[in-house]
Amino acid sequence: MRKMKKMKKMSKSTRSSLITYGIAVVAFVIMQVLISTGNISSLLEGLMVPLCIYVILAVSLNLVVGILGELSLGHAGFMCVGAFSSAFFSKCMRDVITVDGLRFFLALLIGIAAAAVFGILIGIPVLRLKGDYLAIVTLAFGEIIKNLVNVLYIGKDANGFHFSTKDVLSLNMDADGTVIVNGPQGITGTPQDSTFLIGFILVLLTLFIVINLVNSRDGRAIMSIRDNRIAAESVGINITKYKLMAFAISAAMAGAAGVLYAHNLSTLTATTNNFGYNQSIMILVFVVLGGIGSIRGSMIAAVILTLLPEMLRGLSDYRMLIYAIVLIVMMLFNWAPKAIEWREKNLSFLKLRKKKEAVK
Amino acid sequence: MALLDVKNLGISFGGLRAVNAFDISIKKEQLYGLIGPNGAGKTTVFNLLTGVYKPDTGKVALDGQDITGKKTIDVSKAGIARTFQNIRLFKKLSVLDNVKVGLHNKHHYSTIEGILKLPNYRKVEKEMDEQAMELLKVFNLDQSAHLEAANLPYGQQRRLEIARALATEPKLLLLDEPAAGMNPNETGELMDMIRFVREHFHMTILLIEHDMKLVSGICEELTVLNFGEVLSQGKTSDVLNDPQVITAYLGE
Repeated sequence: MRKMKKMKKMSKSTRSSLITYGIAVVAFVIMQVLISTGNISSLLEGLMVPLCIYVILAVSLNLVVGILGELSLGHAGFMCVGAFSSAFFSKCMRDVITVDGLRFFLALLIGIAAAAVFGILIGIPVLRLKGDYLAIVTLAFGEIIKNLVNVLYIGKDANGFHFSTKDVLSLNMDADGTVIVNGPQGITGTPQDSTFLIGFILVLLTLFIVINLVNSRDGRAIMSIRDNRIAAESVGINITKYKLMAFAISAAMAGAAGVLYAHNLSTLTATTNNFGYNQSIMILVFVVLGGIGSIRGSMIAAVILTLLPEMLRGLSDYRMLIYAIVLIVMMLFNWAPKAIEWREKNLSFLKLRKKKEAVK
Repeated sequence: MALLDVKNLGISFGGLRAVNAFDISIKKEQLYGLIGPNGAGKTTVFNLLTGVYKPDTGKVALDGQDITGKKTIDVSKAGIARTFQNIRLFKKLSVLDNVKVGLHNKHHYSTIEGILKLPNYRKVEKEMDEQAMELLKVFNLDQSAHLEAANLPYGQQRRLEIARALATEPKLLLLDEPAAGMNPNETGELMDMIRFVREHFHMTILLIEHDMKLVSGICEELTVLNFGEVLSQGKTSDVLNDPQVITAYLGE
């Protein structure tokens, strides 16, 4: 009897994650079919990689906001680190490594590692704070990263690399030198290696890592900190270690999203809209509207809210109005007590198994 | 030799001497009570023992090992587990997972093994599941193992907190007002359970309590605190008849 129950429980969490993977795979297949049969506008087709980027960002931020329970507003900063470090590598290696796949893979590793290192470096001082204070400081760090990138000049000539934070001239390069990172103009000429397929694989990997982490010993420790820090400490959970772990893994995934972003465009610049607080808050909106702590919800919210403005383009001026209404409706559906009550009453068939089990 | 040996423990918050010259000595498998009026410093003593506060003066030794001023996590590893006056469960985790968090330091696999669900992950998780279920069974919570902890009735939440504390396999269990908010019936059941825990797990228990029926019913020795100082100490019956204790705490 007990064994049966346990097996049911196992299959419950497995079933839930299989549904999440399933939704992602089905969505991917549908889009692929639409693209290959030419039933989709080129504008929408161009949105496929950004879609993957936003899903990765939303799911990874959910690890910090939903699973660890700390508010971070600097997520775009880690994306920025991943984007610029990988774009820098790809541009330097464009003629050295000619196999696109290999170069992109190495760039991906570099972007992820760089973002993870930044996550740890920023996490060590910042994670001592809680709640609003943590949000403010992460917001500031995100902005600092973006602004640092904007004053960074890196050039390369026969003598090697030159750095400056002033302008191109102060790089003191030979005449044959090339500027790689050009301050506010960013990096131009990054190879465009990102494809929908690569993006989709990274989405699956992100889902896989977050879902399995949550169901493991480490994930339980992270969630115990969220639910009650003092009690977690009293049973011997190393708070600093697990906070930092969640923060670093989340930053690394944002870095991967940044790599995708950098290799999707020919020109990479750091502006408020792509790596600033606007972006960070946009990602947070995905997480909150998808349901804090719900991985599947983050994914779906990111897809809907990225596609919506484009789908509504025909309505011109009413576009943002409808977008705002959708935000409000999603918010109510997920969070209002009455809506939750209604959902439990009328959509309970979705949770039938769960309830049966509880009664047993 | 005493399992817990505390000498001259003290702490001040600003100008307030919250605990002063606190001595206690608890033998193995003893049921020891700590009582006193509100604000006497009972919970502060717990917080000093578990490393939430660092003492200004004094020494704490557990089983011969000096744990004075150690961090909470190291105190937990040394073998002290506690429950809280206001229940502190991991509310959104299942009942089973609450206990499994308690087992955290007793079972190991790496993060990579966990993410890739390698064989070691399955093996260790299975062991943890079995051990946690066994504990839940002892506390009659196995029926609710997959419920969210927040959905348990009050009495069961108290029991779950004790189960979680025991999952860390402590040498000493600290219970902070386990009977708070319980009716006489539930208190009776709690008394039986505390006795059972002591015998079944060979546990040494130090508890804070206001319910005199519970204290006189199960504690073998008592320490009475008043204004941060030890007022009386010794066998339960002697302490409860001490005129000083009657004036300060019990009332005529």
